[in-house]
Amino acid sequence: MKLNRKTVISLLLKALILVFLIVIINTRLSETVVEGTFEKGLVFALLALGIFISFRILDIPDLSVDGTFTLGVAVSVMNAFNGNPIQGILLAILAGGLAGCVTGVLITKFNVQPILAGIITMTALYSINLKIMDRPNISLYRKDTLFTIMEKYFGAHYKLITCGIVVLIAGALMFTFLKTQAGMSLRATGDNEYMVRASSINSDRMKIIGFAIANALVSFSGAMYAQYSSAGDTNSGTGMLVVGLASIIIGEIFFTRHTILNGILAAVFGAIAYRFILAFAMNLGMDSNYTKLFSAIIVVIAISIPAIKNYFTTFYKRVFKKGNGGAVDA
Amino acid sequence: MLKLENVSITFNANTVNERKALRNINLDVKDGDFITVIGSNGAGKSTLMNAISGAYPIDEGSIYLDGKNITSLKEHKRATRIGRLFQDPLRGTAPNMTIEENLGLAYSRGKRRSLMPGIRKKDIGFFREKLSELDLGLEDRMKTPVGLLSGGQRQALTLLMATIVTPKLLLLDEHTAALDPKTAEKVMELTERIVKKDNITTIMITHNINNALKYGNKTLVMSQGKIILEIEGEERKNMTVEKLMKLYSDNADDSMSDKMLL
Repeated sequence: MKLNRKTVISLLLKALILVFLIVIINTRLSETVVEGTFEKGLVFALLALGIFISFRILDIPDLSVDGTFTLGVAVSVMNAFNGNPIQGILLAILAGGLAGCVTGVLITKFNVQPILAGIITMTALYSINLKIMDRPNISLYRKDTLFTIMEKYFGAHYKLITCGIVVLIAGALMFTFLKTQAGMSLRATGDNEYMVRASSINSDRMKIIGFAIANALVSFSGAMYAQYSSAGDTNSGTGMLVVGLASIIIGEIFFTRHTILNGILAAVFGAIAYRFILAFAMNLGMDSNYTKLFSAIIVVIAISIPAIKNYFTTFYKRVFKKGNGGAVDA
Repeated sequence: MLKLENVSITFNANTVNERKALRNINLDVKDGDFITVIGSNGAGKSTLMNAISGAYPIDEGSIYLDGKNITSLKEHKRATRIGRLFQDPLRGTAPNMTIEENLGLAYSRGKRRSLMPGIRKKDIGFFREKLSELDLGLEDRMKTPVGLLSGGQRQALTLLMATIVTPKLLLLDEHTAALDPKTAEKVMELTERIVKKDNITTIMITHNINNALKYGNKTLVMSQGKIILEIEGEERKNMTVEKLMKLYSDNADDSMSDKMLL
Protein backbone atom coordinates (compact mmCIF):
# COMPACT_ATOMS: atom_id res chain seq x y z
CA MET A 1 0.00 0.00 0.00
CA LYS A 2 1.35 3.43 -0.90
CA LEU A 3 1.67 5.79 2.01
CA ASN A 4 0.13 9.05 0.91
CA ARG A 5 -1.67 11.49 3.15
CA LYS A 6 -5.10 10.02 2.53
CA THR A 7 -4.20 6.45 3.52
CA VAL A 8 -2.33 7.66 6.61
CA ILE A 9 -5.34 9.68 7.71
CA SER A 10 -7.73 6.81 7.15
CA LEU A 11 -5.40 4.39 8.95
CA LEU A 12 -5.11 6.78 11.88
CA LEU A 13 -8.87 7.15 11.97
CA LYS A 14 -9.37 3.39 12.03
CA ALA A 15 -6.76 3.00 14.78
CA LEU A 16 -8.48 5.76 16.76
CA ILE A 17 -11.88 4.06 16.51
CA LEU A 18 -10.34 0.71 17.52
CA VAL A 19 -8.54 2.22 20.51
CA PHE A 20 -11.74 4.00 21.49
CA LEU A 21 -13.69 0.74 21.34
CA ILE A 22 -11.08 -1.11 23.36
CA VAL A 23 -10.95 1.63 25.99
CA ILE A 24 -14.74 1.51 26.31
CA ILE A 25 -14.67 -2.26 26.59
CA ASN A 26 -12.00 -2.13 29.27
CA THR A 27 -13.30 0.71 31.39
CA ARG A 28 -17.06 0.84 31.00
CA LEU A 29 -18.23 -2.69 30.51
CA SER A 30 -17.96 -5.52 33.01
CA GLU A 31 -16.39 -8.82 32.00
CA THR A 32 -19.70 -10.67 31.75
CA VAL A 33 -21.16 -7.94 29.58
CA VAL A 34 -18.12 -8.07 27.29
CA GLU A 35 -18.41 -11.82 26.91
CA GLY A 36 -22.16 -11.64 26.34
CA THR A 37 -21.70 -8.93 23.74
CA PHE A 38 -19.12 -11.01 21.92
CA GLU A 39 -21.48 -14.00 21.90
CA LYS A 40 -24.39 -11.97 20.59
CA GLY A 41 -22.13 -10.39 18.00
CA LEU A 42 -21.14 -13.84 16.76
CA VAL A 43 -24.77 -15.00 16.62
CA PHE A 44 -25.65 -11.95 14.53
CA ALA A 45 -22.53 -12.41 12.41
CA LEU A 46 -24.46 -15.21 10.68
CA LEU A 47 -27.21 -12.72 9.88
CA ALA A 48 -24.65 -10.27 8.50
CA LEU A 49 -23.09 -13.02 6.36
CA GLY A 50 -26.51 -13.80 4.87
CA ILE A 51 -27.21 -10.17 4.12
CA PHE A 52 -23.72 -9.86 2.66
CA ILE A 53 -24.71 -12.43 0.03
CA SER A 54 -27.92 -10.72 -1.05
CA PHE A 55 -26.88 -7.08 -0.70
CA ARG A 56 -23.25 -7.21 -1.65
CA ILE A 57 -22.69 -10.26 -3.82
CA LEU A 58 -26.01 -10.40 -5.68
CA ASP A 59 -26.44 -6.65 -5.31
CA ILE A 60 -30.20 -7.07 -4.79
CA PRO A 61 -31.93 -5.80 -1.63
CA ASP A 62 -33.66 -8.74 0.02
CA LEU A 63 -36.36 -7.67 2.46
CA SER A 64 -37.51 -11.17 3.32
CA VAL A 65 -34.80 -11.18 6.02
CA ASP A 66 -37.12 -9.93 8.78
CA GLY A 67 -39.40 -12.88 8.09
CA THR A 68 -36.75 -15.56 7.66
CA PHE A 69 -34.99 -14.57 10.88
CA THR A 70 -38.23 -15.18 12.80
CA LEU A 71 -38.76 -18.37 10.80
CA GLY A 72 -35.43 -19.59 12.17
CA VAL A 73 -36.46 -18.59 15.67
CA ALA A 74 -39.81 -20.36 15.36
CA VAL A 75 -38.51 -23.63 13.91
CA SER A 76 -35.59 -23.77 16.32
CA VAL A 77 -37.59 -22.93 19.44
CA MET A 78 -40.39 -25.40 18.67
CA ASN A 79 -37.98 -28.27 18.09
CA ALA A 80 -35.97 -27.40 21.19
CA PHE A 81 -39.20 -27.18 23.16
CA ASN A 82 -39.95 -30.75 22.05
CA GLY A 83 -36.45 -31.87 22.99
CA ASN A 84 -34.61 -31.73 19.65
CA PRO A 85 -32.48 -28.57 19.72
CA ILE A 86 -29.91 -29.63 17.09
CA GLN A 87 -32.56 -30.93 14.72
CA GLY A 88 -34.28 -27.57 15.24
CA ILE A 89 -31.25 -25.65 14.03
CA LEU A 90 -30.78 -27.89 11.00
CA LEU A 91 -34.47 -27.64 10.06
CA ALA A 92 -34.34 -23.87 10.52
CA ILE A 93 -31.48 -23.62 8.02
CA LEU A 94 -33.50 -25.71 5.56
CA ALA A 95 -36.67 -23.68 6.09
CA GLY A 96 -34.76 -20.42 5.61
CA GLY A 97 -33.29 -21.74 2.36
CA LEU A 98 -36.75 -22.66 1.15
CA ALA A 99 -38.12 -19.21 1.98
CA GLY A 100 -35.17 -17.69 0.10
CA CYS A 101 -36.06 -19.82 -2.92
CA VAL A 102 -39.57 -18.36 -2.84
CA THR A 103 -38.22 -14.79 -2.97
CA GLY A 104 -35.79 -15.82 -5.72
CA VAL A 105 -38.49 -17.45 -7.83
CA LEU A 106 -40.79 -14.44 -7.38
CA ILE A 107 -38.05 -12.15 -8.67
CA THR A 108 -36.71 -14.25 -11.54
CA LYS A 109 -39.67 -16.27 -12.81
CA PHE A 110 -42.60 -13.97 -12.00
CA ASN A 111 -40.84 -10.66 -12.58
CA VAL A 112 -41.82 -9.26 -9.19
CA GLN A 113 -39.68 -6.28 -8.23
CA PRO A 114 -36.98 -7.37 -5.76
CA ILE A 115 -38.11 -5.11 -2.92
CA LEU A 116 -41.74 -6.11 -3.32
CA ALA A 117 -40.83 -9.81 -3.57
CA GLY A 118 -39.02 -9.56 -0.23
CA ILE A 119 -41.95 -7.81 1.40
CA ILE A 120 -44.35 -10.44 0.05
CA THR A 121 -42.28 -13.31 1.47
CA MET A 122 -41.84 -11.48 4.76
CA THR A 123 -45.59 -10.86 5.08
CA ALA A 124 -46.47 -14.43 4.19
CA LEU A 125 -43.92 -15.71 6.70
CA TYR A 126 -45.56 -13.71 9.47
CA SER A 127 -48.58 -16.02 9.33
CA ILE A 128 -46.46 -19.10 8.86
CA ASN A 129 -44.31 -18.23 11.86
CA LEU A 130 -47.39 -17.72 14.03
CA LYS A 131 -48.71 -21.06 12.83
CA ILE A 132 -45.42 -22.82 13.63
CA MET A 133 -45.20 -21.38 17.14
CA ASP A 134 -48.94 -21.38 17.80
CA ARG A 135 -48.51 -18.51 20.29
CA PRO A 136 -46.60 -15.21 20.28
CA ASN A 137 -43.75 -16.38 22.48
CA ILE A 138 -42.25 -19.49 24.01
CA SER A 139 -39.71 -19.90 26.78
CA LEU A 140 -37.13 -22.68 26.72
CA TYR A 141 -36.70 -22.52 30.48
CA ARG A 142 -35.20 -25.80 31.74
CA LYS A 143 -35.17 -27.22 28.22
CA ASP A 144 -32.09 -28.50 26.45
CA THR A 145 -30.56 -26.19 23.85
CA LEU A 146 -27.48 -26.44 21.66
CA PHE A 147 -25.68 -24.44 24.33
CA THR A 148 -26.62 -26.61 27.30
CA ILE A 149 -25.43 -29.63 25.31
CA MET A 150 -22.11 -27.93 24.53
CA GLU A 151 -21.60 -26.91 28.15
CA LYS A 152 -20.42 -30.45 28.92
CA TYR A 153 -17.61 -30.21 26.39
CA PHE A 154 -16.42 -26.63 26.55
CA GLY A 155 -16.62 -25.69 30.23
CA ALA A 156 -17.00 -22.17 31.55
CA HIS A 157 -16.96 -20.18 28.30
CA TYR A 158 -19.14 -22.67 26.46
CA LYS A 159 -21.45 -20.10 24.87
CA LEU A 160 -18.61 -18.05 23.43
CA ILE A 161 -16.77 -21.13 22.17
CA THR A 162 -19.92 -22.62 20.58
CA CYS A 163 -20.77 -19.37 18.79
CA GLY A 164 -17.15 -18.93 17.71
CA ILE A 165 -16.93 -22.41 16.22
CA VAL A 166 -20.28 -22.05 14.42
CA VAL A 167 -19.29 -18.72 12.85
CA LEU A 168 -15.84 -20.03 11.95
CA ILE A 169 -17.34 -23.02 10.16
CA ALA A 170 -20.02 -20.92 8.40
CA GLY A 171 -17.46 -18.32 7.32
CA ALA A 172 -14.98 -20.91 6.10
CA LEU A 173 -17.67 -22.79 4.16
CA MET A 174 -18.87 -19.57 2.58
CA PHE A 175 -15.34 -18.54 1.62
CA THR A 176 -14.65 -21.93 0.05
CA PHE A 177 -17.98 -21.96 -1.76
CA LEU A 178 -17.48 -18.51 -3.27
CA LYS A 179 -14.20 -19.69 -4.77
CA THR A 180 -15.78 -22.69 -6.51
CA GLN A 181 -17.15 -22.63 -10.05
CA ALA A 182 -20.70 -22.34 -8.74
CA GLY A 183 -19.66 -19.64 -6.26
CA MET A 184 -17.84 -17.65 -8.91
CA SER A 185 -20.90 -17.87 -11.14
CA LEU A 186 -22.96 -16.48 -8.26
CA ARG A 187 -20.56 -13.57 -7.76
CA ALA A 188 -20.47 -12.82 -11.48
CA THR A 189 -24.29 -12.79 -11.57
CA GLY A 190 -24.32 -9.86 -9.15
CA ASP A 191 -21.40 -8.24 -10.92
CA ASN A 192 -22.42 -8.36 -14.58
CA GLU A 193 -25.50 -10.23 -15.67
CA TYR A 194 -24.86 -9.74 -19.40
CA MET A 195 -21.50 -11.41 -19.10
CA VAL A 196 -22.96 -14.23 -17.06
CA ARG A 197 -25.59 -15.13 -19.62
CA ALA A 198 -23.08 -14.81 -22.45
CA SER A 199 -20.89 -17.29 -20.55
CA SER A 200 -23.64 -19.93 -20.56
CA ILE A 201 -24.57 -19.45 -16.90
CA ASN A 202 -28.24 -19.56 -15.94
CA SER A 203 -28.47 -16.23 -14.12
CA ASP A 204 -32.00 -16.92 -12.84
CA ARG A 205 -30.89 -20.12 -11.18
CA MET A 206 -27.83 -18.42 -9.68
CA LYS A 207 -30.05 -15.72 -8.16
CA ILE A 208 -32.39 -18.29 -6.62
CA ILE A 209 -29.44 -20.21 -5.17
CA GLY A 210 -28.02 -16.95 -3.83
CA PHE A 211 -31.26 -16.01 -2.09
CA ALA A 212 -31.55 -19.54 -0.69
CA ILE A 213 -28.06 -19.40 0.85
CA ALA A 214 -28.59 -15.86 2.14
CA ASN A 215 -31.86 -16.71 3.87
CA ALA A 216 -30.59 -20.03 5.15
CA LEU A 217 -27.86 -18.10 6.95
CA VAL A 218 -30.33 -15.54 8.28
CA SER A 219 -32.62 -18.30 9.52
CA PHE A 220 -29.57 -20.05 11.03
CA SER A 221 -28.85 -16.84 12.91
CA GLY A 222 -32.42 -16.71 14.19
CA ALA A 223 -32.24 -20.36 15.26
CA MET A 224 -29.02 -19.74 17.20
CA TYR A 225 -30.45 -16.59 18.75
CA ALA A 226 -33.56 -18.40 20.00
CA GLN A 227 -31.55 -21.13 21.73
CA TYR A 228 -28.96 -18.64 22.94
CA SER A 229 -31.60 -16.56 24.68
CA SER A 230 -33.72 -19.63 25.56
CA ALA A 231 -36.81 -17.95 24.21
CA GLY A 232 -38.65 -17.39 20.97
CA ASP A 233 -40.85 -14.48 19.96
CA THR A 234 -42.78 -13.96 16.73
CA ASN A 235 -41.61 -10.36 16.64
CA SER A 236 -37.90 -11.07 17.04
CA GLY A 237 -37.19 -10.52 13.34
CA THR A 238 -38.35 -6.91 13.22
CA GLY A 239 -35.59 -4.63 11.99
CA MET A 240 -33.06 -7.41 11.45
CA LEU A 241 -32.36 -6.24 7.92
CA VAL A 242 -31.23 -2.86 9.19
CA VAL A 243 -29.19 -4.48 11.97
CA GLY A 244 -27.41 -6.72 9.47
CA LEU A 245 -26.83 -3.88 7.07
CA ALA A 246 -25.44 -1.69 9.85
CA SER A 247 -23.05 -4.50 10.77
CA ILE A 248 -21.76 -4.87 7.22
CA ILE A 249 -21.31 -1.13 6.78
CA ILE A 250 -19.42 -0.81 10.06
CA GLY A 251 -17.23 -3.77 9.11
CA GLU A 252 -16.46 -2.25 5.74
CA ILE A 253 -14.93 0.78 7.43
CA PHE A 254 -12.15 -1.55 8.53
CA PHE A 255 -12.01 -3.98 5.62
CA THR A 256 -12.12 -1.68 2.65
CA ARG A 257 -10.73 -3.82 -0.16
CA HIS A 258 -13.39 -5.63 -2.13
CA THR A 259 -12.21 -9.19 -1.86
CA ILE A 260 -14.28 -12.12 -0.68
CA LEU A 261 -12.20 -12.67 2.43
CA ASN A 262 -12.52 -8.99 3.34
CA GLY A 263 -16.25 -9.08 2.80
CA ILE A 264 -16.69 -12.05 5.14
CA LEU A 265 -14.37 -10.57 7.77
CA ALA A 266 -16.22 -7.24 7.50
CA ALA A 267 -19.57 -8.95 8.13
CA VAL A 268 -18.32 -10.87 11.18
CA PHE A 269 -16.23 -8.06 12.63
CA GLY A 270 -18.96 -5.50 11.93
CA ALA A 271 -21.62 -7.60 13.65
CA ILE A 272 -19.46 -7.79 16.79
CA ALA A 273 -18.53 -4.10 16.64
CA TYR A 274 -22.21 -3.19 16.25
CA ARG A 275 -23.09 -5.10 19.43
CA PHE A 276 -20.35 -3.30 21.33
CA ILE A 277 -21.52 0.10 20.15
CA LEU A 278 -25.02 -0.87 21.23
CA ALA A 279 -23.76 -2.17 24.60
CA PHE A 280 -21.90 1.08 25.14
CA ALA A 281 -24.97 3.14 24.33
CA MET A 282 -27.00 1.09 26.82
CA ASN A 283 -24.23 1.50 29.35
CA LEU A 284 -24.55 5.26 28.92
CA GLY A 285 -28.19 4.89 29.87
CA MET A 286 -29.94 4.51 26.51
CA ASP A 287 -33.44 3.10 26.86
CA SER A 288 -33.48 -0.40 25.35
CA ASN A 289 -36.64 0.58 23.45
CA TYR A 290 -34.42 2.76 21.28
CA THR A 291 -32.19 -0.02 19.92
CA LYS A 292 -33.91 -0.16 16.53
CA LEU A 293 -33.89 3.63 16.20
CA PHE A 294 -30.26 3.49 17.12
CA SER A 295 -29.43 0.94 14.40
CA ALA A 296 -31.39 2.97 11.85
CA ILE A 297 -29.36 6.05 12.73
CA ILE A 298 -26.10 4.11 12.46
CA VAL A 299 -27.04 2.93 8.97
CA VAL A 300 -27.92 6.47 7.88
CA ILE A 301 -24.69 7.89 9.25
CA ALA A 302 -22.54 5.14 7.75
CA ILE A 303 -24.15 5.40 4.32
CA SER A 304 -23.99 9.19 4.27
CA ILE A 305 -20.32 9.45 5.28
CA PRO A 306 -19.08 9.84 1.67
CA ALA A 307 -21.66 12.55 1.00
CA ILE A 308 -20.80 14.36 4.24
CA LYS A 309 -17.10 14.09 3.40
CA ASN A 310 -17.87 15.60 0.02
CA TYR A 311 -19.70 18.59 1.53
CA PHE A 312 -16.85 19.05 3.94
CA THR A 313 -14.10 19.03 1.30
CA THR A 314 -15.94 21.45 -0.99
CA PHE A 315 -16.54 23.69 2.00
CA TYR A 316 -12.86 23.44 2.95
CA LYS A 317 -11.75 24.26 -0.59
CA ARG A 318 -14.09 27.23 -0.83
CA VAL A 319 -13.08 28.75 2.46
CA PHE A 320 -9.38 28.02 2.73
CA LYS A 321 -8.01 27.59 -0.78
CA LYS A 322 -7.14 30.75 -2.67
CA GLY A 323 -8.04 31.18 -6.32
CA ASN A 324 -11.26 29.25 -6.11
CA GLY A 325 -13.34 32.26 -5.22
CA GLY A 326 -15.30 32.41 -1.99
CA ALA A 327 -14.77 33.91 1.39
CA VAL A 328 -11.03 34.61 1.31
CA ASP A 329 -11.11 36.54 -1.92
CA ALA A 330 -14.22 38.42 -1.08
CA MET B 1 -23.62 -24.23 -39.83
CA LEU B 2 -25.97 -21.41 -38.91
CA LYS B 3 -29.20 -21.06 -40.78
CA LEU B 4 -31.89 -18.42 -40.38
CA GLU B 5 -35.23 -19.03 -42.07
CA ASN B 6 -37.75 -16.22 -42.41
CA VAL B 7 -36.75 -14.66 -39.11
CA SER B 8 -38.86 -11.64 -38.14
CA ILE B 9 -38.92 -9.49 -35.02
CA THR B 10 -41.39 -6.71 -34.41
CA PHE B 11 -41.01 -4.34 -31.49
CA ASN B 12 -44.12 -2.88 -29.83
CA ALA B 13 -46.42 -4.87 -32.06
CA ASN B 14 -49.94 -3.47 -32.51
CA THR B 15 -49.09 -0.07 -31.06
CA VAL B 16 -48.34 3.25 -32.69
CA ASN B 17 -44.66 2.63 -32.01
CA GLU B 18 -44.65 -0.63 -33.95
CA ARG B 19 -41.31 -1.18 -35.60
CA LYS B 20 -40.33 -4.15 -37.72
CA ALA B 21 -36.72 -4.66 -36.68
CA LEU B 22 -36.17 -7.77 -38.78
CA ARG B 23 -38.22 -8.69 -41.85
CA ASN B 24 -38.04 -12.25 -43.13
CA ILE B 25 -34.32 -12.66 -42.80
CA ASN B 26 -32.84 -15.66 -44.57
CA LEU B 27 -29.20 -16.36 -43.98
CA ASP B 28 -26.98 -19.37 -44.52
CA VAL B 29 -23.62 -19.24 -42.78
CA LYS B 30 -21.11 -21.92 -43.74
CA ASP B 31 -18.45 -23.45 -41.54
CA GLY B 32 -15.44 -21.15 -41.29
CA ASP B 33 -17.23 -18.14 -42.76
CA PHE B 34 -16.21 -14.70 -41.48
CA ILE B 35 -19.14 -12.47 -42.31
CA THR B 36 -19.11 -8.72 -41.83
CA VAL B 37 -22.35 -6.80 -41.49
CA ILE B 38 -22.83 -3.11 -42.25
CA GLY B 39 -25.84 -0.83 -42.41
CA SER B 40 -27.03 2.48 -41.01
CA ASN B 41 -28.35 2.97 -37.50
CA GLY B 42 -31.60 1.13 -36.94
CA ALA B 43 -31.04 -1.22 -39.86
CA GLY B 44 -31.44 -4.22 -37.56
CA LYS B 45 -27.81 -5.35 -37.28
CA SER B 46 -27.77 -5.63 -33.50
CA THR B 47 -31.26 -7.11 -33.47
CA LEU B 48 -29.98 -9.81 -35.82
CA MET B 49 -27.17 -10.58 -33.37
CA ASN B 50 -29.57 -10.63 -30.44
CA ALA B 51 -31.89 -12.95 -32.33
CA ILE B 52 -29.06 -15.38 -33.01
CA SER B 53 -27.72 -15.23 -29.44
CA GLY B 54 -31.19 -15.60 -27.96
CA ALA B 55 -31.28 -12.28 -26.13
CA TYR B 56 -34.45 -11.37 -28.06
CA PRO B 57 -37.12 -13.97 -28.79
CA ILE B 58 -38.07 -14.02 -32.45
CA ASP B 59 -41.67 -13.61 -33.57
CA GLU B 60 -41.51 -15.72 -36.70
CA GLY B 61 -39.16 -18.10 -38.42
CA SER B 62 -36.57 -20.51 -37.13
CA ILE B 63 -32.87 -20.62 -36.38
CA TYR B 64 -30.66 -23.68 -36.80
CA LEU B 65 -27.18 -24.10 -35.43
CA ASP B 66 -25.26 -27.15 -36.62
CA GLY B 67 -28.47 -28.67 -37.90
CA LYS B 68 -30.24 -28.33 -34.56
CA ASN B 69 -33.24 -26.10 -34.17
CA ILE B 70 -32.31 -23.55 -31.49
CA THR B 71 -35.25 -21.21 -32.02
CA SER B 72 -36.71 -21.72 -28.56
CA LEU B 73 -33.42 -22.42 -26.76
CA LYS B 74 -32.68 -19.95 -23.94
CA GLU B 75 -29.88 -17.42 -24.21
CA HIS B 76 -27.60 -19.03 -21.64
CA LYS B 77 -28.01 -22.44 -23.24
CA ARG B 78 -27.11 -21.12 -26.68
CA ALA B 79 -24.09 -19.46 -25.08
CA THR B 80 -22.48 -22.87 -24.61
CA ARG B 81 -21.72 -22.80 -28.33
CA ILE B 82 -21.91 -19.09 -29.16
CA GLY B 83 -19.26 -16.61 -28.04
CA ARG B 84 -20.23 -12.98 -27.95
CA LEU B 85 -18.64 -9.54 -27.70
CA PHE B 86 -20.60 -6.35 -27.11
CA GLN B 87 -19.88 -2.79 -28.17
CA ASP B 88 -19.63 -1.71 -24.54
CA PRO B 89 -16.35 -3.05 -23.12
CA LEU B 90 -17.92 -3.05 -19.65
CA ARG B 91 -20.48 -5.67 -20.62
CA GLY B 92 -18.20 -8.58 -21.26
CA THR B 93 -16.40 -8.92 -17.95
CA ALA B 94 -17.19 -8.96 -14.22
CA PRO B 95 -15.45 -5.85 -12.84
CA ASN B 96 -15.13 -6.90 -9.20
CA MET B 97 -13.59 -10.24 -10.04
CA THR B 98 -9.95 -10.76 -10.94
CA ILE B 99 -8.63 -11.49 -14.42
CA GLU B 100 -8.03 -15.14 -13.57
CA GLU B 101 -11.48 -15.52 -12.03
CA ASN B 102 -13.08 -14.09 -15.17
CA LEU B 103 -11.06 -16.48 -17.30
CA GLY B 104 -11.94 -19.35 -14.96
CA LEU B 105 -15.64 -18.64 -15.49
CA ALA B 106 -15.21 -18.44 -19.24
CA TYR B 107 -13.15 -21.63 -19.26
CA SER B 108 -16.04 -23.61 -17.75
CA ARG B 109 -18.38 -22.46 -20.52
CA GLY B 110 -20.75 -25.19 -21.54
CA LYS B 111 -19.84 -27.37 -18.58
CA ARG B 112 -21.86 -27.76 -15.44
CA ARG B 113 -20.71 -25.33 -12.76
CA SER B 114 -19.90 -27.63 -9.87
CA LEU B 115 -18.37 -27.26 -6.44
CA MET B 116 -14.91 -27.80 -7.90
CA PRO B 117 -12.48 -24.93 -7.33
CA GLY B 118 -13.18 -22.08 -9.75
CA ILE B 119 -9.55 -21.86 -10.82
CA ARG B 120 -7.46 -24.98 -10.80
CA LYS B 121 -3.67 -24.83 -10.42
CA LYS B 122 -3.04 -26.39 -13.81
CA ASP B 123 -5.31 -23.85 -15.52
CA ILE B 124 -3.32 -20.87 -14.27
CA GLY B 125 -0.35 -21.67 -16.52
CA PHE B 126 -2.69 -22.02 -19.48
CA PHE B 127 -4.40 -18.68 -18.71
CA ARG B 128 -1.02 -17.01 -18.38
CA GLU B 129 0.06 -18.34 -21.75
CA LYS B 130 -3.19 -17.22 -23.40
CA LEU B 131 -2.95 -13.78 -21.82
CA SER B 132 0.63 -13.32 -23.01
CA GLU B 133 -0.61 -13.93 -26.56
CA LEU B 134 -2.67 -10.73 -26.20
CA ASP B 135 0.63 -8.91 -25.70
CA LEU B 136 -0.87 -6.42 -23.22
CA GLY B 137 1.11 -7.46 -20.15
CA LEU B 138 -2.03 -8.82 -18.50
CA GLU B 139 -0.30 -12.11 -17.68
CA ASP B 140 1.50 -10.36 -14.80
CA ARG B 141 -1.72 -8.88 -13.40
CA MET B 142 -3.84 -12.00 -13.05
CA LYS B 143 -4.93 -11.10 -9.52
CA THR B 144 -6.05 -7.59 -10.55
CA PRO B 145 -9.80 -6.87 -10.54
CA VAL B 146 -10.93 -6.40 -14.13
CA GLY B 147 -12.59 -3.10 -13.20
CA LEU B 148 -9.13 -1.53 -13.01
CA LEU B 149 -8.31 -2.29 -16.64
CA SER B 150 -8.79 0.11 -19.55
CA GLY B 151 -11.61 -0.35 -22.06
CA GLY B 152 -9.26 -1.79 -24.67
CA GLN B 153 -7.72 -4.23 -22.21
CA ARG B 154 -11.16 -5.31 -21.06
CA GLN B 155 -12.32 -5.85 -24.64
CA ALA B 156 -9.22 -7.88 -25.45
CA LEU B 157 -9.84 -9.95 -22.33
CA THR B 158 -13.49 -10.43 -23.34
CA LEU B 159 -12.31 -11.64 -26.73
CA LEU B 160 -10.06 -14.15 -25.02
CA MET B 161 -12.91 -15.22 -22.72
CA ALA B 162 -15.30 -15.69 -25.65
CA THR B 163 -12.81 -17.89 -27.50
CA ILE B 164 -10.90 -19.70 -24.71
CA VAL B 165 -13.28 -22.59 -25.21
CA THR B 166 -13.51 -22.52 -29.01
CA PRO B 167 -17.11 -21.55 -29.82
CA LYS B 168 -19.05 -22.82 -32.83
CA LEU B 169 -19.99 -19.26 -33.62
CA LEU B 170 -18.53 -15.91 -32.61
CA LEU B 171 -20.75 -12.82 -32.64
CA LEU B 172 -18.99 -9.45 -32.62
CA ASP B 173 -21.33 -6.48 -32.22
CA GLU B 174 -19.21 -3.43 -33.09
CA HIS B 175 -16.73 -4.62 -30.52
CA THR B 176 -14.14 -1.98 -31.40
CA ALA B 177 -16.50 1.00 -31.78
CA ALA B 178 -16.05 2.29 -28.23
CA LEU B 179 -12.24 2.13 -28.33
CA ASP B 180 -9.76 4.74 -29.49
CA PRO B 181 -8.51 4.19 -33.07
CA LYS B 182 -5.17 2.68 -32.10
CA THR B 183 -6.63 0.27 -29.55
CA ALA B 184 -9.46 -0.56 -31.94
CA GLU B 185 -6.92 -1.57 -34.57
CA LYS B 186 -5.06 -3.70 -32.07
CA VAL B 187 -8.22 -5.48 -30.90
CA MET B 188 -9.22 -6.00 -34.54
CA GLU B 189 -5.84 -7.59 -35.31
CA LEU B 190 -6.19 -9.84 -32.29
CA THR B 191 -9.67 -10.82 -33.42
CA GLU B 192 -8.45 -11.83 -36.84
CA ARG B 193 -5.52 -13.78 -35.43
CA ILE B 194 -7.69 -15.77 -33.02
CA VAL B 195 -10.49 -16.36 -35.53
CA LYS B 196 -7.98 -17.59 -38.15
CA LYS B 197 -6.06 -19.78 -35.74
CA ASP B 198 -9.09 -21.72 -34.52
CA ASN B 199 -11.04 -21.32 -37.76
CA ILE B 200 -14.06 -19.89 -35.87
CA THR B 201 -17.21 -19.08 -37.81
CA THR B 202 -17.74 -15.38 -37.13
CA ILE B 203 -20.31 -12.68 -37.72
CA MET B 204 -19.07 -9.14 -37.14
CA ILE B 205 -21.06 -5.92 -37.17
CA THR B 206 -19.02 -2.85 -37.91
CA HIS B 207 -19.51 0.81 -38.70
CA ASN B 208 -16.18 0.85 -40.44
CA ILE B 209 -16.68 0.00 -44.13
CA ASN B 210 -12.95 -0.39 -44.68
CA ASN B 211 -12.86 -3.05 -42.00
CA ALA B 212 -15.99 -4.66 -43.37
CA LEU B 213 -14.24 -5.23 -46.68
CA LYS B 214 -10.76 -5.86 -45.27
CA TYR B 215 -11.71 -8.68 -42.93
CA GLY B 216 -13.72 -11.80 -43.62
CA ASN B 217 -14.95 -13.48 -46.78
CA LYS B 218 -18.47 -12.13 -47.10
CA THR B 219 -20.18 -8.82 -46.44
CA LEU B 220 -23.86 -8.27 -45.73
CA VAL B 221 -25.50 -4.88 -46.09
CA MET B 222 -28.64 -4.33 -44.06
CA SER B 223 -31.32 -1.69 -44.33
CA GLN B 224 -34.62 -1.40 -42.53
CA GLY B 225 -34.62 -4.91 -41.17
CA LYS B 226 -33.66 -6.59 -44.43
CA ILE B 227 -30.43 -7.90 -45.92
CA ILE B 228 -30.27 -5.89 -49.14
CA LEU B 229 -26.85 -6.97 -50.40
CA GLU B 230 -24.63 -10.00 -50.04
CA ILE B 231 -21.16 -9.42 -51.39
CA GLU B 232 -18.63 -12.22 -51.73
CA GLY B 233 -16.03 -13.78 -54.01
CA GLU B 234 -14.65 -11.81 -56.94
CA GLU B 235 -17.18 -9.03 -56.55
CA ARG B 236 -16.00 -8.48 -52.99
CA LYS B 237 -12.31 -8.49 -53.96
CA ASN B 238 -12.86 -5.65 -56.39
CA MET B 239 -15.15 -3.76 -54.07
CA THR B 240 -14.16 -0.33 -52.79
CA VAL B 241 -15.81 1.89 -50.22
CA GLU B 242 -17.03 4.22 -52.98
CA LYS B 243 -18.54 1.43 -55.05
CA LEU B 244 -20.23 0.00 -51.99
CA MET B 245 -21.73 3.38 -51.11
CA LYS B 246 -23.06 3.67 -54.64
CA LEU B 247 -24.49 0.16 -54.50
CA TYR B 248 -26.10 0.97 -51.19
CA SER B 249 -27.83 4.13 -52.33
CA ASP B 250 -29.08 2.30 -55.42
CA ASN B 251 -30.59 -0.47 -53.33
CA ALA B 252 -31.67 1.10 -50.05
CA ASP B 253 -34.58 3.36 -49.40
CA ASP B 254 -32.65 5.53 -46.99
CA SER B 255 -29.23 7.00 -47.68
CA MET B 256 -26.19 5.91 -45.79
CA SER B 257 -25.21 8.40 -43.13
CA ASP B 258 -21.83 10.10 -43.08
CA LYS B 259 -21.12 8.37 -39.83
CA MET B 260 -20.62 5.15 -41.71
CA LEU B 261 -17.64 6.58 -43.56
CA LEU B 262 -15.61 6.76 -40.39
